Amino acid sequence: MIHPIPPGTRDVLPEEMRELRALEAALIEVFEAKGYGEVATPTLEYDEVLTRGGGRSDHAAYRFFDESGELLALRSEMTVPIARLVATRYAQADPPHRVCYIAGAYRAVSPQRGEMREFLQAGVELIGAAADEGTVEVIAVLEAALDAAGLGSAVIGLGDADLYRDLLGEYGLDGATREGALERLAAHDLVGLEAELEEAGVGADQIVTCLALSQLRGGVEALEQARGYGVEAAARAADRLDDVNRALGSRTGGHRVQFDFGLMRDLSYYNGAILEVYDPAVGHALGGGGRYDGLMKRFGLDLSAAGFALYLERVHTAQIEERRRGKDGR
Amino acid sequence: MSAGTEGPLRLAVPRGALFGETLDVLDGAGVDTSELRGDSRSLIFETAGMTLVTMRPSDVPTYVEAGAADVGITGKDVLLEQSDRPVYELLDLGFGRCRMVLAGRKGSDRLGEGTIRIATKYPRIAERHFESTGRQVELIEVKGSVELAPLVGLGDGIVDLVATGRTLEENELEVREEIVECTARFVANRVAHKLRAAEIDELTAKLREASGR
Repeated sequence: MIHPIPPGTRDVLPEEMRELRALEAALIEVFEAKGYGEVATPTLEYDEVLTRGGGRSDHAAYRFFDESGELLALRSEMTVPIARLVATRYAQADPPHRVCYIAGAYRAVSPQRGEMREFLQAGVELIGAAADEGTVEVIAVLEAALDAAGLGSAVIGLGDADLYRDLLGEYGLDGATREGALERLAAHDLVGLEAELEEAGVGADQIVTCLALSQLRGGVEALEQARGYGVEAAARAADRLDDVNRALGSRTGGHRVQFDFGLMRDLSYYNGAILEVYDPAVGHALGGGGRYDGLMKRFGLDLSAAGFALYLERVHTAQIEERRRGKDGR
Repeated sequence: MSAGTEGPLRLAVPRGALFGETLDVLDGAGVDTSELRGDSRSLIFETAGMTLVTMRPSDVPTYVEAGAADVGITGKDVLLEQSDRPVYELLDLGFGRCRMVLAGRKGSDRLGEGTIRIATKYPRIAERHFESTGRQVELIEVKGSVELAPLVGLGDGIVDLVATGRTLEENELEVREEIVECTARFVANRVAHKLRAAEIDELTAKLREASGR
């Protein structure tokens, strides 16, 4: 008899389960060694709590009523539940708070796209540490986690969440026009962006600068290039990234960081540094994160915050592929 | 699924209406396409520094999104219809220009009263168009020659791609509304765009020059 399961869900059999558990253990070992204690939160939360985060959490795909008529939702990521946890349980404790997790999250999928409805995330949240030190610490934990997972080729793209809001403001755009252009930037639709900026009356040179910035990614030389465009928003973003870069210091084997002025995250609670993780073995980002200083305030605790989340199944895929390539001697 | 920072860059080439001009612009960008111009039935071609993978235009976003191809060329109509596939749209190549239109039968004014029934191969583009103009329509998705539908009473009109307008003319149909103009676009996988930045930037620059944009 064949008994189907919903598309985007899956069974895990012992062989893969052992590998996943080993990967989880390696990540937790890194997180704990860096002072991040593991927490668990309920899979179900009040919808009102998840909505408070804004952004993707707003779009929890699975909502239902409990026996007393309360609206519940399945979490779509872990940052908002952890913001709630810290605000509730550590309100009186001295920051910073360091927590880590490996947990399932749930999102709607498009049919026949190979997307997962239920997936595992592994990540950390650092709440209440000063801006640059916090960002740098989170990057260090992420680099150690990627090392522990054996992802020698993984790269961390580091960008600035405020860059384009600033830049378009400097260009005199606001309201719906600015949001429209930001959407194009987030989708990386450069053809549409150019048309949108032209229509808004932005000058030809400024359009060229905006397009060039969105394509600017690389090492420290990218920071110099960004300053060379002569726009204040780009110079400020370059300065902020430079501060992070200096604070990162040197690392054995070098850092995995690539500066990326085209990076945009779709979660609305980010500000300042944002990051995404790529591995040549997987066509999608392995994870991402950044600063979200405004989020804790929405839960009544005015603390800065930073963190990242990795899609565990994608990390596992990358791990297998990198091992295979290593064996092939490439 | 793997893009890979090593090995040649993989470019998805659309077969069909865009094929010839795609090869021309690639030639202009210094990519050797002579093997693709022969009558080989292969789907994959190795050229100096690049692997060319040929496929239906509507499959290009699928391969590029997954990283099975690092970059690709396809029509804006395809990208609009599959706008839920996150690929980076880097360049308007200018060729393959055609219009997405709403067309109805000549001399018939049935379009516009009550619930309109529209046959199309582009249900999402059509849906967005009618939604944004505040009209309720019943969309009927067909796969083949969509001009047939209104002639035999399957729907009051069609939403389809029109290059010269001859097919419409031959089938006693006329353009009622223009929805959007479409041209060929150069797209990239988002991970490849980060990890193979130099190669992709160089190809983009060459294609920009070759397409005269």
